[in-house]
Amino acid sequence: MKIAQRVGWLKIMSTSHSIKAKEFLKNQNYAHWHDDTFWAVRSKRDKMAYGLDEWEQLREKASEIKRHTITHLDEYLDQFATAAERNGVEVHWAKDAAEFNEIVYDILKRHDVKKMVKSKSMLTEECGMNPYLESKGIEVVETDLGERIIQLKGQAPSHIVMPAIHLNHDDVGELFEEKGISDEKGNHDPTYLTYRARLSLRNEFLTADAGMTGANFGIAETGDIVVCTNEGNADMSTSCPKLHIAAIGLEKIIPNYACLAVFQRMLCRAGTGQPTTTYTSHFRKARPTAHHMHIVLVDNGRSEWVANPEHWESLKCIRCGSCMNTCPVYRRSGGYSYSYFIPGPIGINLGMLRDAQQHSGNVSACTLCNSCQTVCPVKVNLGDQIYLWRQQLDEFGTANPQKKLMCRAMSAVYGSPALYNLSTALAHWANYVPSSLMNCGMNPWAEGHEMMEFPKKPFHEMMEELKH
Amino acid sequence: MKIGLFVPCYVDAVYPEVGLATWKLLRHLGLDVTYPEKQTCCGQPMANAGFERQAVPLAEKFVEKFQGFDYVVSPSVSCTAFIRLNYPRLLNHECETAGRCMDVVEFLHDVVKVNQRLGTFPHRVSLHNSCHGVRELGLSSPSEQHVAKFNKIKDLLALVDGIEVVEPERPDECCGFGGMFSVEETAVSMQMGIDKVERHIQTGAEYVTGPDCSCLMHMAGVAKKQGLNIQFKHVVEILASGL
Repeated sequence: MKIAQRVGWLKIMSTSHSIKAKEFLKNQNYAHWHDDTFWAVRSKRDKMAYGLDEWEQLREKASEIKRHTITHLDEYLDQFATAAERNGVEVHWAKDAAEFNEIVYDILKRHDVKKMVKSKSMLTEECGMNPYLESKGIEVVETDLGERIIQLKGQAPSHIVMPAIHLNHDDVGELFEEKGISDEKGNHDPTYLTYRARLSLRNEFLTADAGMTGANFGIAETGDIVVCTNEGNADMSTSCPKLHIAAIGLEKIIPNYACLAVFQRMLCRAGTGQPTTTYTSHFRKARPTAHHMHIVLVDNGRSEWVANPEHWESLKCIRCGSCMNTCPVYRRSGGYSYSYFIPGPIGINLGMLRDAQQHSGNVSACTLCNSCQTVCPVKVNLGDQIYLWRQQLDEFGTANPQKKLMCRAMSAVYGSPALYNLSTALAHWANYVPSSLMNCGMNPWAEGHEMMEFPKKPFHEMMEELKH
Repeated sequence: MKIGLFVPCYVDAVYPEVGLATWKLLRHLGLDVTYPEKQTCCGQPMANAGFERQAVPLAEKFVEKFQGFDYVVSPSVSCTAFIRLNYPRLLNHECETAGRCMDVVEFLHDVVKVNQRLGTFPHRVSLHNSCHGVRELGLSSPSEQHVAKFNKIKDLLALVDGIEVVEPERPDECCGFGGMFSVEETAVSMQMGIDKVERHIQTGAEYVTGPDCSCLMHMAGVAKKQGLNIQFKHVVEILASGL
């Protein structure tokens, strides 16, 4: 039994993330392409950051604003809702995903909506809104090109800003042929494919009964919501149909326009390395000609997370995606190797806040290199939080028993100089173990490394001799 | 100025030459350095793996052992960073000893302010900027930040005769060691190691040098397994070479 356990050590030491990451890395060409693509985004971001002398001051300011707003969230939410209602917007409060979906369905039913177009929203992904509405017979059409592609493919986003980044133009070309969006077979030219998507989406915009947007920011002082897109699809989604529903997480509220100016300078620079998004759209009220605007404010765990002393900072996140672009583990394992729908460092943390038991398998996906928290435009302490989550796995019952045993054993050896001296004195005998035995699966280090040569004498013995 | 030398467990067991070079270099600079007996581990491996409680007794022993020194100097950035940043929380008090703990590079650069010529090392060397050195101890400006560029390791290596120091592409991307990460996430850890070693090789360097033996140990193991030909030396070995 014991031997069987030891032979299976490698498997036992793995996590849900590491198993999928290993699969991802089998296709080496693709894996290198993925790493290079996101490193290129990180490099574009660096150029933008280096281009602003006040970049580090902006980061500090952005972090302070978020800290302030999140710790006074009740006041700002109240101010926001009051202002929005004054603008004639109907404001709804959803305590969780189910309530959010019901509220949205209820509004759509009231307006007899058959089809809704949608600009990008990770919140609706979080709440599982699309499948819910579809089960009620409402057609939901994503209008962000990347989101549309993965919707047609029946996939989930692999990145929060570039949701279809895992697909290349041939994948998209074949998909568009299959779905009848493009009619020139074999033409996978990106410009052609984008043109065909545009034609197809134009028809959806014109025939939809409602448009939904997310929100990058909610301005408490004015009740406005601000949506940043590169494709103008939020504007199309709200300009054609007569009904606009905006879904917004509680943490997206900021005090005023002066604060918005700080974030607006950072969001796109950090996320995609552009000075700004092509469209920054501000929505205050419904258009004058018999239209309706609704804002649904969604809690879904956020009000509890605010009170978590070790992890509340994850609520500062503005979803730019720069932490995943810089993460050496994300770049080499891809979005689908994480169990939560948001991958990378912020996804590890948000997944643990959502359901620690279910998402513990992601906390291994971190070397604690801290590049994420050094890159983050709002200074979320992402790496520090992952370290802290690891300390809690034992209490969640999701700690790896082998690892626990190893750590106990290390502590015992290191805690006793006699045991420690004995083990270092014996270490060099490992040099004489044939490498075939070292590589038999009982030694996880040997899977990726040749064993180190142990010296005849450890340093402390050399020092002992030096004294005599 | 009384200096206590801390030689972390794996340096003691696997790289005694690094401990010796540190000792030799500090003595060469005329410093009053002592190596307290019966030191073992700072507790970082267990803590990073999620069992920091197992590190508490080691932290207590460490503090007791290094009481009374003006500085505790160590040839390992990650152990130093762990002690300085985590001991106060683990031990639940200010922890002066942890505050006086320094990596040998920052100690020589910031406290001793060495400006005399050191060893001789007539080779092209690729600099490995270890994550915890860059982003926790501030040995160099992180590439993520828009701050004035500096690198304390480079400053020290400039005092070595004959050396040519180069940096790889992505100069402060992680090598993929990460302690328990390397055995739990073997595939990614290995891939990161290979990518890193290849970038070091692309500089045309004969050696990779850095302030942390754990990164060097990981890269050396990966390089040997993959048949990638480059050698590894800790910064202090180069600073002390020929002294």
